[in-house]
Amino acid sequence: MEGHNLQELRRSASLATKVFVQRDYSDGTICQFQTKFPPELDSRIERQLFEETVKTLNNFYAEAEKIGGSSYLEGCLACATAYFIFLCMETHYEKVLKKISRYIQEQNEKIFAPRGLLLTDPVERGMRVIEISIYEDRCSSGSASSGSSSSSGSSSGGGGGAGGR
Amino acid sequence: MTPGGGGPMKDCEYSQISTHSSSPMESPHKKKKIAARRKWEVFPGRNKFFCNGRIMMARQTGVFYLTLVLILVTSGLFFAFDCPYLAMKITPAIPVVGGILFFFVMGTLLRTSFSDPGVLPRATPDEAADLERQIGNAEDIANGTSSGGYRPPPRTREVIINGQTVKLKYCFTCKIFRPPRASHCSLCDNCVERFDHHCPWVGNCVGKRNYRFFYMFILSLSFLTVFIFAFVITHVILRSQQTGFLNALKDSPASVLEAVVCFFSVWSIVGLSGFHTYLISSNQTTNEDIKGSWSNKRGKENYNPYSYGNIITNCCAALCGPISPSLIDRRGFIQPDTPQPAAPTNGITMYGATQSQSNMAAATPLLQSEPSLTSEELPLPGKTTLGTPCATLSLGQPTPPSSMPNLTSETVLTDMIPLKEDHDGHQFLTPEEAPSPPGMLSTGSPITHSHTLHVLSLASQDSLHEDSVRGLVKLSSV
Repeated sequence: MEGHNLQELRRSASLATKVFVQRDYSDGTICQFQTKFPPELDSRIERQLFEETVKTLNNFYAEAEKIGGSSYLEGCLACATAYFIFLCMETHYEKVLKKISRYIQEQNEKIFAPRGLLLTDPVERGMRVIEISIYEDRCSSGSASSGSSSSSGSSSGGGGGAGGR
Repeated sequence: MTPGGGGPMKDCEYSQISTHSSSPMESPHKKKKIAARRKWEVFPGRNKFFCNGRIMMARQTGVFYLTLVLILVTSGLFFAFDCPYLAMKITPAIPVVGGILFFFVMGTLLRTSFSDPGVLPRATPDEAADLERQIGNAEDIANGTSSGGYRPPPRTREVIINGQTVKLKYCFTCKIFRPPRASHCSLCDNCVERFDHHCPWVGNCVGKRNYRFFYMFILSLSFLTVFIFAFVITHVILRSQQTGFLNALKDSPASVLEAVVCFFSVWSIVGLSGFHTYLISSNQTTNEDIKGSWSNKRGKENYNPYSYGNIITNCCAALCGPISPSLIDRRGFIQPDTPQPAAPTNGITMYGATQSQSNMAAATPLLQSEPSLTSEELPLPGKTTLGTPCATLSLGQPTPPSSMPNLTSETVLTDMIPLKEDHDGHQFLTPEEAPSPPGMLSTGSPITHSHTLHVLSLASQDSLHEDSVRGLVKLSSV
């Protein structure tokens, strides 16, 4: 149901703009995103919520790329089996990526969609950016009434050309 | 149908754009037709795909087949002619160990050649536009403050990593700021993460995702070569003790061929393994080493910010670290429902589902916007002259692993000259393995080919760009 609401959001609201949160390379090549708050989101979401989301994502990626005992074990085992083991087993990184996409889905449903925003999983953008789509409610002529957008969208049944409401 | 999208459609994409108001009869059929396409079919780089996207290689694969033939023939001859005698005379463990080595070599070779080296997918149009805007703003500021002179637009960003200032360059082809250690391979026309070099012998780039396989390949190949060489010699010696040297050679002529191949391979392969062992232990890429990015000669304060400090950690990180998954999703289906930004001015609010970003990315070869790109992509005259130093290096090894004179015609050795790279601002890097001579020369390249492509596409890119902004993207040519 919740996922369906997101689809409705996409259809009923019009995409106004996209904001991109770039990678933060100050710690090297590990995957990290800047926690700097984009000014376009100022009116849409609380700074703290956003920063928390980005920080959690960064932590997930750090976990995926962590070099330690378990990753060595996995690497050595894979090498010993001439990497055939990856035909049956998922790598640790892939497991964490699945966790991340579940987390993003959750965040979208609970926090971002009600505010007319949508996070795109960085994996779909080559891990370059976190793409945040900002939606305007099409039915309420330009004003950003985030709370009502999904409900009014679903009630109008994906209203194409619902001019006079 | 979508408002404003009426009329006969040349492309099926239009019916997909209207996710909710299109006629139900038409779109499912067309959707099904498009949905069958996988992303690899519209991949913008110069790669070849096999097995429905499972296998990914560079465009020029001739030398890879040569490598395969050499390894298979030499090993085959060894197992067929030398092993029976040796197994009888000395121990049957010899063919067993040889067999294990052989399978390991083949496995790692195929893994290196067929996997995604760490290609960075090209920027979506939204990202590219956003970046261009940022660069444009910075450019205005730069030009505003300069006193009369023209300052080049800031296509670099500086980051401080571990105390070292690293410049991130903007890639005109992929429309992204390259992450540190990434580089654009001109042969494959892709940005590759942790780009090491483009190896024609394996027919692929060597980058973040397949470096360990490459290293395992050359390491195991050096063991195999030494192994075969040693036992072929042993075989001939043992035989000549019985029947005399010349008769021994007559009895097993294959041994001569194997010995010759192995003798000349040993120097290059073992040398290469040693070189890469050094690179791994210092956590550098071939690219960085050739350019001397982190060498002390550049300055006393210059050090490698990516090194973990000790050799063991560096080795473990490179060889046993986590393998990141491929970012280009070759076998995914092209999604018809990714929304495109609204263009309120037209009154048409949603073009919704043009094809996915990957299709947009597919259009980007036509969207290379910088006129300077054509000059950058030209095979600079200097390149051909760079062939000669390599030719002299290879004089000692005229056999297959170093058939360099044939390969030097249009080789791209730009990064032998570090200065060039700064001048270009767009790296195309197929560095050669300087310390180990025949190493990895890139074969004569489609650079001229890419040049014509850029020239042709410049004219169309402006109109395309406009069209894409309005959401009327025509992707049929892709």
